[in-house]
Amino acid sequence: MKMTKIDIVTRPGKLEELKEALNTIGVTGMTVSQVFGCGLQKGHTEIYRGKEYNINLLAGIKIEIVVCEVPVEKVIATVKRVCSTGKIGDGKIFIYPIENAIRIRTGEEGAIAILDPKDIRKDLV
Amino acid sequence: MKQLIIRIGTYILFMMFTTTTAFAEASVSNEFPKIDTGDTAFLLTCAALVMLMTPGLALFYGGMVRAKNVLSIIMQSFFLIGLISVQWILFGYTLAFGPDINHLIGSFSWLGLATVGQVPNTDYAATVPHMAFMIFQAMFAIITPAVISGAFAERMKFPAFILFTLLWATFVYDPFAHWVWGTGGWLREMGLLDFAGGTVIEILSGISGLIIAIFIGKRKDYNTEVILPHHLPMTVLGASLLWFGWLGFNAGSAFGANGLAVHAFVTTHAAGAAATLTWVMTEWLYHGKPTVLGAVSGGIAGLVSITPAAGFVDVLPAAFIGGISGVLCFLSVSRLKAKFSYDDSLDVFGVHGIGGIWGTFATGLFASKAINPAGADGFFFGNPHQLTIQLIGIGASVLFAAAGTYMILKIISALAPIRVDADQESVGLDLTEHGERGYIYQDLTAGSPLAFSGNEDPAREMTNLNWGIWPPKP
Repeated sequence: MKMTKIDIVTRPGKLEELKEALNTIGVTGMTVSQVFGCGLQKGHTEIYRGKEYNINLLAGIKIEIVVCEVPVEKVIATVKRVCSTGKIGDGKIFIYPIENAIRIRTGEEGAIAILDPKDIRKDLV
Repeated sequence: MKQLIIRIGTYILFMMFTTTTAFAEASVSNEFPKIDTGDTAFLLTCAALVMLMTPGLALFYGGMVRAKNVLSIIMQSFFLIGLISVQWILFGYTLAFGPDINHLIGSFSWLGLATVGQVPNTDYAATVPHMAFMIFQAMFAIITPAVISGAFAERMKFPAFILFTLLWATFVYDPFAHWVWGTGGWLREMGLLDFAGGTVIEILSGISGLIIAIFIGKRKDYNTEVILPHHLPMTVLGASLLWFGWLGFNAGSAFGANGLAVHAFVTTHAAGAAATLTWVMTEWLYHGKPTVLGAVSGGIAGLVSITPAAGFVDVLPAAFIGGISGVLCFLSVSRLKAKFSYDDSLDVFGVHGIGGIWGTFATGLFASKAINPAGADGFFFGNPHQLTIQLIGIGASVLFAAAGTYMILKIISALAPIRVDADQESVGLDLTEHGERGYIYQDLTAGSPLAFSGNEDPAREMTNLNWGIWPPKP
């Protein structure tokens, strides 16, 4: 079964809402990291003892998920709905094909490795 | 050889025995001067308060450097509690306060605290054991070189730092403290008013900081990369401890639990409070935001400026001195520093140098015998001559600090490198000088690009991250 990796880089404040929304469409696993980045935005200014600094790299979060059963389009639509504010800095979504996945604990490979055992449909096994 | 050691050892033991006997005789035969328990309790408490200022300073400075250098700057303060205390006990105290030689320095009579014991010394503090006065002054001697460390933060080698502070304490601090506070010191005899160290502590450290910042050069990333304080709450905690200790620093300088001590406590607090307001207001006007770093910096600037004046001026002039200091120090760190383009990392000159010069000058304006009969009247109380004396005091401290620091730096640089190399600087002094990290995770903006690396080959290190294990196995 085809596996797809989706990276979402977005505002830190959207994390909780996005986690909930992804959960409701059946995405159960994810890896979240704090990241710094810049895109079109110019950053912001901070002042320390009267000296102004331009901060170009802004704090963001990166959510990495891998899906097989959940349609990629559904994930994209959900992320767009939750994370879009219409302002610069909403972030990006990147989509990659996945070659293989291995569950370290059991050694299972392929789609099974990223699925919850109780969700696995009989025809897949 | 063995015989020689035994002979010296016997001599030292003999000396210790005889000095102890001398104490015992003195305390039995001499009923006067009498120890006042209240004064003694107060001075010891104040000494403890001032002791806490040095770790407070470590946190104040620690929050303002980048994450990769937090331990190095904290170490530079904390280590001095050890180094200068030992120096002070062995020979620092006698150089500063010992019996006068030519109005310039104390003699070696009190080497190793010989005869400095439980009997009061009426020249300095008549109602407390001499040793209480000694340990109170020890805390001043510790924090002064610790203040300087802010000027060369993030780029000095630790061995050079030890050598510098030891020489500086011995050849700059101790003689100058004698000039101002020691019996027979020429500035004291001239009538210089310096209640708790406007010249001895603030101007000496501020000017020395400026000289060393220029001598050692700017930080590698200065003006090319963003260098931000990594932990402002830590800075606020440190500044608060400084303020807390400062009340003992100035009130204790009355050397008794008396009205003057209360007065100094109140003037100190008033000046710190007023400067907090004025720094925040000035910065707000200039840059549109009232910053927290500005508030705590203002507090420190006010406390610096009132230090020479605390026991000589009334409360309203004290608040005025502090208020002006907040504006002056803000302008010097935000304007003067940019204009002359030196890298005084944590603004030792801008806050302590400028604040100390202003405070020492203002003491000559507002001092009044109505506040302290042992002091003098200032310019506004019919004695313009006092202002001249204060200016001489400022001039002497500026010149002595600049010349002394420069010579010490020249000597050290002939012996060993003072500054870390570029690679060490980019990795950070915590790892390269001390083999430790302040935080397991260091972020991109506050840490180093090689935050996980202690090895020469960053590429190899990056593929071999040792999560939670330090140092990495070879």
